[in-house]
Parts: sequence; structure tokens; C-alpha cells
Amino acid sequence: MDHEQTLDLLPAYLDQELSLSEARDFERHLEQCAACRQVYEQHRAVSTQLRQAALRIDAPPDLLPRIEAALPGRPASREALNQRLQRWLGSILPARSTGWSPLSAVAVSLAVLGLSVNIYLKVPTAEQRLTQELVDDHVRSLQSNHLFDVISTDKHTVKPWFNGKIDFAPPVIDLAQQGYPLVGGRLDFLNGRAVAVMVYRYKLHPINLYVWPGNDAGASAKIFEQRGYHLAHWSTGGMNYWAITDAGAQELGGFTASLRAQTQS
Amino acid sequence: MAEPTIEQRFKTQVLPHLNSAFNLARWLTRNDPDAQDVTQEAYLRAFKFFPGFHGTNARAWLLTIVRNTFYTWHQQNRDQASDLEFDEDIHSLETGEAHQDSNPEALLARRENQQRVQRALRSLPLEFREVLVLRELEELSYKEIAAIVGIPMGTVMSRLGRGRQQLAAQLAPMKQEA
Repeated sequence: MDHEQTLDLLPAYLDQELSLSEARDFERHLEQCAACRQVYEQHRAVSTQLRQAALRIDAPPDLLPRIEAALPGRPASREALNQRLQRWLGSILPARSTGWSPLSAVAVSLAVLGLSVNIYLKVPTAEQRLTQELVDDHVRSLQSNHLFDVISTDKHTVKPWFNGKIDFAPPVIDLAQQGYPLVGGRLDFLNGRAVAVMVYRYKLHPINLYVWPGNDAGASAKIFEQRGYHLAHWSTGGMNYWAITDAGAQELGGFTASLRAQTQS
Repeated sequence: MAEPTIEQRFKTQVLPHLNSAFNLARWLTRNDPDAQDVTQEAYLRAFKFFPGFHGTNARAWLLTIVRNTFYTWHQQNRDQASDLEFDEDIHSLETGEAHQDSNPEALLARRENQQRVQRALRSLPLEFREVLVLRELEELSYKEIAAIVGIPMGTVMSRLGRGRQQLAAQLAPMKQEA
């Protein structure tokens, strides 16, 4: 084995990837070549240092649950919740086959009364699904530590960040003076499309504001409650807005009012 | 119940390699949030492709996907790479052995050396960094690395050699002190 060959094979010798006969040839040259010995020692030192420095970085503890939740068909997600909800509705609403006895009629009207405050019976199915998705997304954004893709309180940082990521320019408005500072933005996939999410805060409560093009609702904000969260929905300037937060209805109302005052002007 | 479902097989064969997947993503992206996103995206892809996986080396297979996911992400983000360049945030390494070392001076020296090696590896060009991480940190064979990176074994060898040469040059000047 000549000098050049030896230098070429040096990594493989170090990594014990040479065959026995190749390794013997390599060692034979190494014994008589100080230059090769020096390089070999250098590389061996680097390898040892890399291994001793404990450079391997383990996944943060919350990554596994985050991935498990994101995998399709896994429990504890939307599916399970929907199932639970359906079972629950099923137990309240009597099955069609039982007929229309006075008792079940009373049960139905009671159930309807009880549920009429709930969004499920008030809105059409598509919106039902959307609000469900919104609440899930909001919860997930808090759980999985994925509140922002871009962290900034500056609208001039947040707005350009969306460029090239979505096919529309969401209005990014700072409401710090009104008590709702902008803290960041992220991209989400909702209702079958990419949507812009601006993250605001009211005191310690995060407010997720979802925006995408469309004109699905009226200009005045509807505020309602679902699973303990408050949601507001309105459309203006060719954009659909959904705001969701765990803050109270009044605070959310204040937020939407300030925001709408700025988007309409 | 005898035949495990695809989800169960994925859970037992692929999910346990999370630390390897994250480690690779972390050294490729060089920051934590992006590494988490790349790892998660890679797992979603892996889950999608898992029915087509019939090999025995799930870790190498997963790392191939992590690497591909990273390169897709890297290409998409290249334009903004300058904005997103993170500060040299040196990961605080908490090694078990460090605690056993009660001599504060030795501890400090070790920590400094650790950070120096970390910084050197971090600053290495991507093509050398990835093979070194796979070899020295993940302890994979040339054959596995060749499959993951998609290069011949001879190229794996020469990249490792050149990578180590660059690291040696970076680490050499201060080594005399140690």
C-alpha cells in the first residue's frame, strides 16, 4: 500500500471498516511513515474528542407527545372527542326507532333547550366542524408549545414573514395600546387550507386570530362559547376572521371591537 | 389481536428512535425549534410511508427521512436563511459524568473543551457535518451512512476524512493546553 492509498483509507481504518488484510497493509505502511502516523493521530484525537464531548442531543420531553398527537388515527385527538360527544348526544337524544312518545318528546325539548345555548345545534354542519377544528387547533397550539412560528411584537416583522407562505396578505395590526399586544404569528392548516394565525395576548391569556380570504359571516362579530373557550367570528374586507381565547367574552369583545375598528378604517 | 396493527408496529419500531431522529435534525438545523418541526414532519412522513417499509433497520430508514425532510425544509428556507440565522446558542450539555467530577477546575476545563468541540462541529459545512454526526454520534456503519446520505461508501469515507481534517485544524491551536 503506498502513501496516497494509505491516506485515502485512513478514515476507514480508524472506523474499523477495512478488511483484515487491508488493515494489515495499512498498519505496515503506518509503521514506516511518520507523516501518515501524524495524520492518523490527529484524526483519532478528533474522533475521541467528538465521542467524549457527549454531543448527542436528546429530544425534549414534550416532543414525543406532540408527535403522537399529530399522527393520524391516534386517540386523545379530535376523533376521540367527537366520538365522546356523539355518545353523549346519543344518550340524551332518544333513538328514532323508539317512536314519539310524550315522554321522549319532553326529553327532546329539554335536550334542545339545554343545548340551544350550545353551538352544535345553532350553526350549520360546516361551521360546526370548523369551530371544532378551531378549538382543537387552539388547544394544540397551547399544548404542543407551538404558539408561534415567528415571535415578534413588531407587525413589520410578522407581516413579511407570511410572504410566500400563503397566497394572501393578512392584515397584521398591533393592538398593544388597547391592551392586546401582538406576540407573534404562525401558519396553520385549517378547513382544508393554509391560514394565517396572529397571536395576541390579553394579560396572560393568549388569543389566536385566524385569518383567511372569504366572506362567510357578517361584519358584526358573533361571540359564543365552546368547551370553555370564547370564539368570535366575522368577515370584513374580503377576509374571514376567527378569534379564540380562554379569556372572558367581554375581553374578547373588546379585542374584536378594537381590531375591527382598525381593519375597517 | 395476534397480528399487531400498523400503528402498533410503527409505535414499537419507529417511535423509539426519536432521540436519534431529533439529534440528527438538531445538528442539521442547528437550532431547537426547527429541529422539533423537522422531526415531527419526518415522523408524519415516516408514518405515511411505513406500510412500504419492509426492512429491518428502522433507525437508518427513519434517519433517511429526517435528512430528506431537512433538505426540503432547508431549500424552502434558504432565502430567509440570513434572517433566521440563530445566535450561536450553545446547547447546555448535561452529562452524567460531569456531576461525578467534583473538582471545579477540571469540570470547567471539560465544559470548555466540550463547547469548543461543539462549536467546531456546528460550524462545519453541512456535507461533512452530517456524515460526522451519523458516524461519531449515531455510530452508524459506512454502509448505513451511504444509504442515508445517498452516496457511495467511498465518498462517506473521504467526507469523514476531510471533516475530521477540518475539525483537527480548528481544534489544534488550543489543544496544547489540555
